[in-house]
Amino acid sequence: MTVEQQVTTTIDVGKLIGSVERFRTEGFRLVQIGCTKVGDLYEVNYCFDKDYHFENIRITLSGDTEVPSISGMFWNSFIYENEMHDLFGIQVRGMNIDFKGTLFRTAVKFPFSTPSVTVTKGDNP
Amino acid sequence: MAFFEMVKTALRTVLQKPVTILYPAQAAKKTPLSRGHLTIDESRCISCGTCQRKCPAQAIILIKEAKTWQIDRLRCVVCNSCVDTCPVKCLFMDTQYTAPVTARTVDIIAITYVKPAKPEKKDTPQ
Amino acid sequence: MTKQIIVPFGPQHPVLPEPIHLDLVLEDEKVVDVIPSIGYIHRGFEKLVEKREFTEYVYIAERTCGICSFIHGATYCQGIEQIMKIDVPERAQYLRVIWSEFSRLHSHLLWLGLFADSFGFENLFMGAWKTRERVLDFMEETTGGRVIQGTSKIGGVRRDISSEKLDQMVKDLDVLDREMKELTTVFLHDDSIRHRLRNVGVISREDAYHLGAVGPTGRGSGVAIDLRKTGYGAYDRLNVRVVTDSCGDSLSRCTVRAKELFTSTDLIRQAAKKIPDGPIDMKVIGAPDGEYFMRAEQPRGELVHYLKGNGTKFLVRSRIRTPTLSNIPPLIKMLQGCDLADVPVIVLSIDPCISCTER
Repeated sequence: MTVEQQVTTTIDVGKLIGSVERFRTEGFRLVQIGCTKVGDLYEVNYCFDKDYHFENIRITLSGDTEVPSISGMFWNSFIYENEMHDLFGIQVRGMNIDFKGTLFRTAVKFPFSTPSVTVTKGDNP
Repeated sequence: MAFFEMVKTALRTVLQKPVTILYPAQAAKKTPLSRGHLTIDESRCISCGTCQRKCPAQAIILIKEAKTWQIDRLRCVVCNSCVDTCPVKCLFMDTQYTAPVTARTVDIIAITYVKPAKPEKKDTPQ
Repeated sequence: MTKQIIVPFGPQHPVLPEPIHLDLVLEDEKVVDVIPSIGYIHRGFEKLVEKREFTEYVYIAERTCGICSFIHGATYCQGIEQIMKIDVPERAQYLRVIWSEFSRLHSHLLWLGLFADSFGFENLFMGAWKTRERVLDFMEETTGGRVIQGTSKIGGVRRDISSEKLDQMVKDLDVLDREMKELTTVFLHDDSIRHRLRNVGVISREDAYHLGAVGPTGRGSGVAIDLRKTGYGAYDRLNVRVVTDSCGDSLSRCTVRAKELFTSTDLIRQAAKKIPDGPIDMKVIGAPDGEYFMRAEQPRGELVHYLKGNGTKFLVRSRIRTPTLSNIPPLIKMLQGCDLADVPVIVLSIDPCISCTER
């Protein structure tokens, strides 16, 4: 079984646009933007791929930092950035298509940021 | 270029007998491995609670003091996880699906396992 | 100045297997813009990972989707095995390949049937699903479930296939090949289907690559990305052929999926010939500590499972990015400029599996 080598680099929020531009000029495609809650901080992974070569850049931020959108360079990032906003509450500045919180309609706002979502007795049969 | 390909298939299907089964008038086709519903042999259960801990849908509830084992058939997803992890192998997967019901109920089964008595200690020779 | 009206498409529509909502902005009969809206099947799977042990989460990962369920379970198991550095026995890897390829066959046959139904060819729809029953019979005889297999576990597989059963299966593949050949001849050469699908929903190669089209949606425009070439599982010992087509319209996406049926049966024959004897699982001790992005090829494209553990029985994060989520931006591009009557055919041609998308 061949194990895929994966490269992860952690960078600062300010350097995000510059790094993503490098991937764009070299011909990479965007695979996904994923968010993880670790304690009180959020880790956002930007994954790129070209010819089965996988690279990943990671930024760490607190709940009220604003992240610049990369939709100027990758038009399809709006779907991941809107999902990140709807589920975690991270503010993204400058999305090309901004759903303003209506892409994922859940009963509890920002469900993945709250530590535990409880269901009162009588809701679930 | 293909001429009248679909007509050949359609004519053949019309002349064959139907492939559909008139379920539930006829029985559904089943294999020996099919997962239908869960059954328990209550005379072998030792009330360890492993099936309750391993169930991903939390469908099994075991009450040790009252010696009952209950299952909510509509929550069970027939994953076979409890059958694999039961230490005394008292759970079995039957091949027939659960019958449809009109109200949500739980099946409560009383456990009839009796722990065999320990053999009496022989007097040790002095 | 023509007036613009908004027509809602979905969530209930006869052509959609799962609910998705699209607001179509129309001028006369041409679609000018599309605004998607998802969230009808959001079940919060990724939150459930904090409440179920990592060995039990396999059952939940499998039930993300009914059409592509085996590959979700197998990819999750492979991700955890990479983090814990477990070497799965060879026989288990080949068995996973055989079940994955059968899963791909069943998914493509289901899609071919739905696609024929979307342009009104109901006889072909029923013919495709009749052939699919053979695949489901094999799945039930070897795993116990027609749609949800439940045979992947961390460290290997839970059930074995005997060598008599494997020989019987290879003989049955000839019958299956014959039936699939009749079906695909109709799909690829029938005049009425060609009139309906040629130059409908065109997307160029550059657009498809940069917008993130994966799987047959991208391969129909010439973007040759097939994750089986990276060699996970037993795929590095098998010969995988990548099928592409260059036109970029609905007919080429249909052609790619029809031809992939035959690469799947070829892979199953190769795996059944090379499968070694041996154990099918191994004991797992400890808990995962670390992270990994496990990528696999689902029938619809590239699947990414991101798993992160911190040494306890419960994982910190499990993120599933399914191919349909990545195919929605190309869908928006394809729908701009088409006629209203072509919208169901184009939406179905990317093979939307919305229950995977929203977990």
